[in-house]
Amino acid sequence: MSKPLEQMIRHEGGRVLATLVRLVGNIDIAEDAVQDAVVDALRRWPVDGVPSNPAAWLTTAARNRALDVLRREAKRSTKETDARLLDDVSLAVREVTSDSMVRDDLLRLLFTCCHPALAVEARLALSLRTLCGMTTSEIASVFLVPEATMGQRISRAKKKIASARIPYRIPADHELPERLPAVLQVVHAVITAGHHSPEGSLDARSDLAAEGVRLARLLTELMPDEPECTGLLALAVATHARRDARLDSTGSLVLLADQDRSRWHHDEIATAAEMLDHVVQLHRPGRYQVEAAIACLHGIAPEFADTDWSQIASLYATLEFLVPTPVVRVNRAVAVAYARDPAAGLALLDESDIDMAAVEDWHLYWSTRGELLARNGDAVAARMAFDRALACEQNESDRDFLLKRRNAVVLLTTQ
Amino acid sequence: MPRYAALIYENRANEGTGTEEDWAKVFAEYVDFGETAGAAGVIPGGGEALQPTTTATTVHVKGGAKGGEVVTTDGPFAETKEVLGGFYLLDCKDLDEALKWAAKIPGAWHGKVEVRPVIDFS
Repeated sequence: MSKPLEQMIRHEGGRVLATLVRLVGNIDIAEDAVQDAVVDALRRWPVDGVPSNPAAWLTTAARNRALDVLRREAKRSTKETDARLLDDVSLAVREVTSDSMVRDDLLRLLFTCCHPALAVEARLALSLRTLCGMTTSEIASVFLVPEATMGQRISRAKKKIASARIPYRIPADHELPERLPAVLQVVHAVITAGHHSPEGSLDARSDLAAEGVRLARLLTELMPDEPECTGLLALAVATHARRDARLDSTGSLVLLADQDRSRWHHDEIATAAEMLDHVVQLHRPGRYQVEAAIACLHGIAPEFADTDWSQIASLYATLEFLVPTPVVRVNRAVAVAYARDPAAGLALLDESDIDMAAVEDWHLYWSTRGELLARNGDAVAARMAFDRALACEQNESDRDFLLKRRNAVVLLTTQ
Repeated sequence: MPRYAALIYENRANEGTGTEEDWAKVFAEYVDFGETAGAAGVIPGGGEALQPTTTATTVHVKGGAKGGEVVTTDGPFAETKEVLGGFYLLDCKDLDEALKWAAKIPGAWHGKVEVRPVIDFS
């Protein structure tokens, strides 16, 4: 079968799932029902042709499946609740689903999957599974964990949703400040994983980045008044715009400085910048708006040398105030090194307030030190920093890259 | 209506310490919670406060089957820093509601409250 058709069926299946979860109130039954409907579609559509409303076709097929399952269960069980659930679903089946209802269903599912009562990694896995239609093995490969572990993580989360009765609803406006960050965090993690991915297959990664954009867009459509949703979308779009320049022909990572900027999607970067311009006028700043501003500044620089580093450095200072983490500190140090000089960047890495326990085994901290030391003319200390970085755990493409950098520095010291 | 156990944990170091005024204040907070939750119909299952873990006795029947040797030990089941100090049974429609009520239990600010769904055998 053609890949586009298969993709379309899968994508529509994801949208249908959210509606099914609302109807049956149980993710497992809904997933099975949609899966059956998708299999049916994969078999019939190539022969009979694609129905005029694919989503409606899949919804009806999945609803009928779910009804069969519920009927069977109601017969077996004496539980009043099962019978009541069956009645509810039978009634709901007659309703016509509109676009706005589907959107609400997706949002409801996203908030359920990102409930604070679930562990962060479970939220991420569950969202990718139910909203992005990724398989457990794809998710496992992206996050470098065995498939069985990922499967367990997902099923445990689903079980908790069912037995602890995590409600399937969109939080009220007054609850949003408390609930929205967890959702944004998951979408941000999807975007980040799509770009700085571990060894997972390239296809899975670029799919993930595209899913990040899609989820961010969904959030923005649903909550147009939340500046951080728009900020996150601008960030996703501006980052995703660099997708074609991020890897070279052999699949190795290309640094921002060395990327072929003619391969960036400049129209997308412009869109992101426009969204951001609009949203910062609301004067409700947040971390994602700041991160998006940084991504846009990189995006609009015609060449690496044209980058507005002083503005980027001050944005990182703002970001560190909002999110005081070692990751932000390291990025800020790089920006300051470019805006002023490498010594100023190094000073930031050496400041006593840095959480050494958190960076000790983090290869990027050490490799950044190595880069800045090398640029500061201290090749011996730079080599030691690169060695330290190589001793940390990392994926293969990072390791290859680090080795190259280290060897370049070694050449300098022996000259 | 689903039922949740709200298990109130407190730091063992605080057990049985504090002045009389301190306790009177905490007690008043619990009375206040009891009145609010009671009026809302959330705690028909009630709740209890437990004596300190220094009064606890742990019983175990050896061999993993009925009729084995009974071993009685002084003290709580586990020597942990945080100890179970009491509980409520909350009748709430879902976890969000249960968490909302759990956050109103004074134990949530004097210690921590663990919320666990109760299995419905009906």
